[in-house]
Amino acid sequence: MLRTLGLLLGCQLIGEFAARGLGLPIPGPVLGLVILLAALALRPPLASSLRPTTQVILAHLSLMFVPAGVGVIGNLEVLSSDWARLLMVLTLSTILSMLVTVATFIATKRLMYRLQNE
Amino acid sequence: MNDFVSLWSYLSATPLLWLTATIGAYLIAEGLAARLGNPPWANPVLLSVLLLSPVLVLTKTDYGTYFEGAQFIHFLLGPATVALALPLWDNRATIQKSVIPILCALIAGSTVAAGSAILLAQFFDLPFSVLLSLAPKSTTAPVALGISEAVGGIPTLTAVLVILTGIIGAITVTPLMNILSITDWQARGFAVGVAAHGIGTARAFKVNPIAGAYAGIAMALNALLTSLIVPILLKWLT
Repeated sequence: MLRTLGLLLGCQLIGEFAARGLGLPIPGPVLGLVILLAALALRPPLASSLRPTTQVILAHLSLMFVPAGVGVIGNLEVLSSDWARLLMVLTLSTILSMLVTVATFIATKRLMYRLQNE
Repeated sequence: MNDFVSLWSYLSATPLLWLTATIGAYLIAEGLAARLGNPPWANPVLLSVLLLSPVLVLTKTDYGTYFEGAQFIHFLLGPATVALALPLWDNRATIQKSVIPILCALIAGSTVAAGSAILLAQFFDLPFSVLLSLAPKSTTAPVALGISEAVGGIPTLTAVLVILTGIIGAITVTPLMNILSITDWQARGFAVGVAAHGIGTARAFKVNPIAGAYAGIAMALNALLTSLIVPILLKWLT
């Protein structure tokens, strides 16, 4: 557990260093994710030793959003004056994104299938 | 009464109180959601926020004081984001099998998710800081908060918008796909994963295991892509 935690934090730290040092707009932990993927590709047995701890962490991912979510009390002004427009943007944008994703997925899948059968 | 006041002022100044309150509220919220049969609208994060916020307002506790305790949980978002590498790695065979549809749908869906939020925010005349906070709304919360901070948005507002997006996606996906009579579980799952991250993924797993796996892949890949494209889209569209 401790080794996994150390590895996760280490990847995040290198990610933060790279993101700040190179002035990238990508969050440090996302670069850390890429670094861990690279480490797994180089040493596949690593996966089974990481699994127990990462599964516990990911199973409780929702809990970790709560502190930021409570920050809503600092944004009540924005939310109370703009809530209808915000809800409209969120709903339209989410449905639009699902439609485009599903259409692209099915279209490319059919195209690949046709190409393979020719 | 005076004893209580002094005890309260002691407790409310230590991180212990709000750390415990956060975990306690989450456990209550989770139990409540389970009792209701875990419908998408009864999201444990949203319920926790609804439980904790009135307590903070009523006890006149400012967010800074609350966060001193809650930061220990908040901090774990970083390592948790890194940990998303493992499910992605475990699914590499599935990804390789349909790599072209996955990549094309990811790029199209992710661009529309962030781009349409930016354009609609302008259309509805929302303040610029709100627009910046909206842009990463379809990606998983730890990444969205990082993006929001990096582009100059309000991370705490982003957190709420991300959760709402997840709930909207989880509620609308099944009726939407049924109306369009789309029966491809891979495509259905992938769509809700791109648009509505972890909350959508949890919903997809409940409907169909294949949809769930593809939603999880979509969520993890979208976390990577959104952080690349949001800064570019903001430059182009605003």
